[in-house]
Amino acid sequence: MDFEYFTQLFLGGLTRGSIYALIALGYTMVYGIIELINFAHGEIYMIGAFTGLIISSVLTMMGMPTLAVIVLAGMAAIIYSCSYGYTIEKIAYKPLRNAPRLSALISAIGMSLFLQNYVLLAQTSDFLPFPSLVPNFAFWEPYSHIISSAELMILLTTLIVMILLTLLIKFTKIGKAMRATSQDKVMASLLGINVDQVISATFVVGSATAAIGGILIASHIGQINFYMGFIAGIKAFVAAVLGGIGSIPGAVLGSFVLGWTESFFTGYISSDYEDVFAFIFLVVILIFRPSGILGRSQAQKV
Amino acid sequence: MKKMGKWLAVLTVSLFTLTVAGGALAADTIKLGVAGAHSGDLASYGLPTVNAAKLVVKKINESGGVLGKQIELLIEDDVCKPEVAGNTATKLVSDGANVVIGHICSGATKAALGIYKESKIITISPSATSPDLTLSGEYPNFFRTIAHDAVQAQVQAKYAMETLKIKTLAILHDKGDYGKGQAELAQKYFTEAGAKVVLFEGVTPGAVDYSAIVTKVNSKKPDLVIWGGYHPEASKIITLIRKKKMKTIFMGGDGIKDDTFIKVAGDFADGVYATGPMDISQNPLSIQAKKEHQDAYGSDPGAFYDNAYSATLAILNAIQKAGSTDYAAIIKALQTEDVETPLGKIKFNEKGDATGIGFSVYKIEKGAFVEQK
Repeated sequence: MDFEYFTQLFLGGLTRGSIYALIALGYTMVYGIIELINFAHGEIYMIGAFTGLIISSVLTMMGMPTLAVIVLAGMAAIIYSCSYGYTIEKIAYKPLRNAPRLSALISAIGMSLFLQNYVLLAQTSDFLPFPSLVPNFAFWEPYSHIISSAELMILLTTLIVMILLTLLIKFTKIGKAMRATSQDKVMASLLGINVDQVISATFVVGSATAAIGGILIASHIGQINFYMGFIAGIKAFVAAVLGGIGSIPGAVLGSFVLGWTESFFTGYISSDYEDVFAFIFLVVILIFRPSGILGRSQAQKV
Repeated sequence: MKKMGKWLAVLTVSLFTLTVAGGALAADTIKLGVAGAHSGDLASYGLPTVNAAKLVVKKINESGGVLGKQIELLIEDDVCKPEVAGNTATKLVSDGANVVIGHICSGATKAALGIYKESKIITISPSATSPDLTLSGEYPNFFRTIAHDAVQAQVQAKYAMETLKIKTLAILHDKGDYGKGQAELAQKYFTEAGAKVVLFEGVTPGAVDYSAIVTKVNSKKPDLVIWGGYHPEASKIITLIRKKKMKTIFMGGDGIKDDTFIKVAGDFADGVYATGPMDISQNPLSIQAKKEHQDAYGSDPGAFYDNAYSATLAILNAIQKAGSTDYAAIIKALQTEDVETPLGKIKFNEKGDATGIGFSVYKIEKGAFVEQK
């Protein structure tokens, strides 16, 4: 097997992993703070893509330049998804915060189905074309057979988002509050941290990264429909578990590992059993590292 | 008493004559069985055939029938179930059906065919597409006015080999019954035609990204990619193929011959080939058949209506040309006499498949499917 083929698969896996990572971050942050698996997260990603499509179509019709369309549609999608994330938390999870964890989980699944069907009814069940927002950069043309401009854009955006997120968590006040809340909610509130606000902020940040992921992948693949969030959400969730749920670097690493596994398996063996292999890999990793690649093994609090 | 006996005798004789006349009358109709799913969840596939048969028979009876005899319809329901279809067939045979239009579903048709074969009853289906029904040669009494599933693959292979002159191809499918079935048939016919299949793989429908499989296709450098499946995945794959600047020809079946495919794939759809049923919407007979249905039932005809209309015309024409309801004579007429139908001018080959119907190759040019001659 030649090196160029390997490189293409490697970068393809990296791109796919980046998308998983943008979604997985939302899962892992929410889990880290309230120990809830937010199944509606994949739907936030789908809503981000839909908003991006609607806004970008309107702006393109108005004759805006491409760059303005990308930025404005992106902003709109992020704001819209964030408000959905915020509202979902208030409606579906906050009232259940002290209920058994299973109740919140059911509520999350219900929310996921609700949002899918809401978009199905309010928009359409059809597949919709999504414009290629990322133009083919002239300077990148010589390398475009290895990785297209759109894929390059996905990688760069993911990298920037990761850096910003790290800075947010490490060096800002709200980031410090998030870390404190995730360690001990009661203690954090005793020390004057507004826990409700921190949880809302977590949902908002997670939704923003999902919306970015939604727009990037829709623009790359060229189509969306109301069901796109489900499989992407499941895969990202798997990636988050693989990396160690609750851990941010873990989610990113897990996503890349999953992306590469799928890409190389398809490339060198067969795409027929791509998912089978991805899940076998997950099982094997969890056998040897039950809390994921970078997960801390936690003693249950009694 | 004597008088009364006389009367009795007259009565008896007249009764006897009546019966004879009745018997003679019965022999003067041709019994056309119509079997298929007329109730249950697949009724929508079977009922249009009943309507088509009724309309054709009514028209022919009004103009004097076939061979001077009126046509009588015997309508029997098989609910599309093989275990019911046997009984349906037995009932039709015992009721004295001369020929049968049906059945609708491939499984039910197969179950019924043996019974018709034993009784030497010709059966003509408007909708059973399982290739084996004709290709196996097991049922010489079976004909159909629909192209079987393998025809599409044959059309693809023929067009790609002869017109596009491809040498190697990759076959991708969506792992579903329909998609994988198409892909396997394509593999068979392309291999027989001498092309080399360099890749045969399934992809997961709804996956986030198909870059890896597209990269793999690219590394094998096939002249052609055959897609077995529906349009959502096809449009994703063709988009990625073109974004990677691959010039490979892309061809799919009737699963992608859908305007949604063009709408979603946009400019990337240009140059894609798709096979689909021949366009008959301009055929005057098809337009007329549709109008008859609208006049009689106040609605548009349903699935397989044109096929059933054509089947009824074809079988009645064959009886007329054969001059009797003799088994061998009708088969000969079906195979030699052309008949004008809503599907075009058809006759049947020695296997029992209608010639002159089936699939065309379409190429997408400037956002529309254009039939390739």
